Amino acid sequence: MNSVKERLVNGIVRENPTFVLMLGMCPTLAVTTSAINGLGMGLTTMVVLALSNVFISLLRNIIPDKVRIPAFIVIIASFVTMVELLLQGFIPFLYDALGIYIPLIVVNCIILGRAEAYAYKNPVIPSLFDGIGMGLGFSVALTCIGAVRELLGAGEIFGIHIMPDSYVPVSIFIMAPGAFFVLATLTAIQNKVKIAGEKKGKDMSKIQSGCNSDCMNCSDSGCTHRLYDEKAGEGDKK
Amino acid sequence: MSELLKVSSNPHVRSKSTTAGIMMTVVIALLPAAGFGIYNFGPKALLLILVTVASTVLTEFLFEKICKKKVTIGDFSAVVTGLLLALNLPVSAPWWIGVVGGVFAILVVKMLFGGLGQNFMNPALGARCFLLISFTSIMTNFDCDAYTGATPLANLKSGEAVNILDMVVGRTAGTIGETSMIAIVIGACILILFGIIDLRIPGTYIVTLAIFVSIFGAHGLNWPYISAHLSGGGLMLGAFFMATDYVTRPITKNGQYLYGILLGILTGIFRIFGPSAEGVSYAIIIGNLLVPLIEKITLPKAFGKGGEKA
Repeated sequence: MNSVKERLVNGIVRENPTFVLMLGMCPTLAVTTSAINGLGMGLTTMVVLALSNVFISLLRNIIPDKVRIPAFIVIIASFVTMVELLLQGFIPFLYDALGIYIPLIVVNCIILGRAEAYAYKNPVIPSLFDGIGMGLGFSVALTCIGAVRELLGAGEIFGIHIMPDSYVPVSIFIMAPGAFFVLATLTAIQNKVKIAGEKKGKDMSKIQSGCNSDCMNCSDSGCTHRLYDEKAGEGDKK
Repeated sequence: MSELLKVSSNPHVRSKSTTAGIMMTVVIALLPAAGFGIYNFGPKALLLILVTVASTVLTEFLFEKICKKKVTIGDFSAVVTGLLLALNLPVSAPWWIGVVGGVFAILVVKMLFGGLGQNFMNPALGARCFLLISFTSIMTNFDCDAYTGATPLANLKSGEAVNILDMVVGRTAGTIGETSMIAIVIGACILILFGIIDLRIPGTYIVTLAIFVSIFGAHGLNWPYISAHLSGGGLMLGAFFMATDYVTRPITKNGQYLYGILLGILTGIFRIFGPSAEGVSYAIIIGNLLVPLIEKITLPKAFGKGGEKA
């Protein structure tokens, strides 16, 4: 049970895929034009991530090391196809809003990254919750970015009018450049909070990824930055 | 003896010119255009200019105070940015447009990249394009008390006749500082006389645009058409005051010629083939982004290197 909680916290805060790992930037920048789009993209990715993690974890002893990436892609693509058809059937407005970015979930580096770094080496239950945690972290981040962009660019959040009528929407925020502004600002604020916390002497390793680049002596086997791992002897050396 | 021998590190040849002095000259050179804008569009133009300049200076001051850096508003570069930005706004724009633009120019384009000398694009133009994308209807509304309707360039694009004399003098619709070619050229002469800028970039820019327009403008070598393109829109303001920005132009001489040609071609493409009538600001911004590449290919060879290979 402990590892379940640890995996969730890790995905949402400590190794938040968007703000800390900076993975999956393509959907992050492209679909967060509104909070609901961000949330939809995040949850869709979470479903695919959790299911693919489970199956890759189940098959981890069967998949040969040399062809593991094609095997991962086949598993991920199957789930993306299912989710895509389900979205098209049941939530058509979200399907239209996300467009090409649903099939592109196949190549989302968060999913492949978690498969490679975690699910391929760990049992099923922690892999499931690693997927859910990472997916939730992705959803939270995308919803935050989408909400800020929608608020500034259209004066609304989740389609509810918030700003006073005299507010003139800054439409650049719902266009491509706005995504970069908002992502950079939110990441900067987040880093600022962490640095301020560290200065006060709090143990920020629980919040920060806590990496001091000493992968040889690091105990975090799930770390996606890992330069060296136990399997490196027979597997790949990055 | 000790007074005669002075030990110092290089550079040993120093110029008396300072950043503040150069920037002050630029401000003075912009005054004719600003003055004509105020005369042409009324006191509201003065208000907009003051608000914009105040917001740029205040943003720089507050940013440096909050970040506990050395306060650099004394070099007048923020004043130049604010003034240039204000001259690029239509007079009908509400005051907060100037504030938003000023904050964006200084905070995002200039200070976040490290302040004066580090900005990768002209702050005033960056802010103008930000405003143009964000508030398109406000930024392209040139209706005011004195003039209604489209700018001469828009008329030119839709094939209507334009009055060249009005365009040269500046009695047309447009942004506050761009309308009068005469006022801008007076300012440009001040800059050239004081050696602040030279004609390399503006000259190649304007000549290239003239050639481009005469080739692709579908009017052939038609002087009224070409001179309307040269005196209309932000070309003069952009060529003399913004393309020559020290920070964002190439350093090498050949690079500067290349930069001018590039700007002329880009402006011509935007004006003739693009959907909008004007393209100077986007051309200069794209040019700014290409400056590192231009400098890379025009870097002169060091003495003794790269001679003829046997």
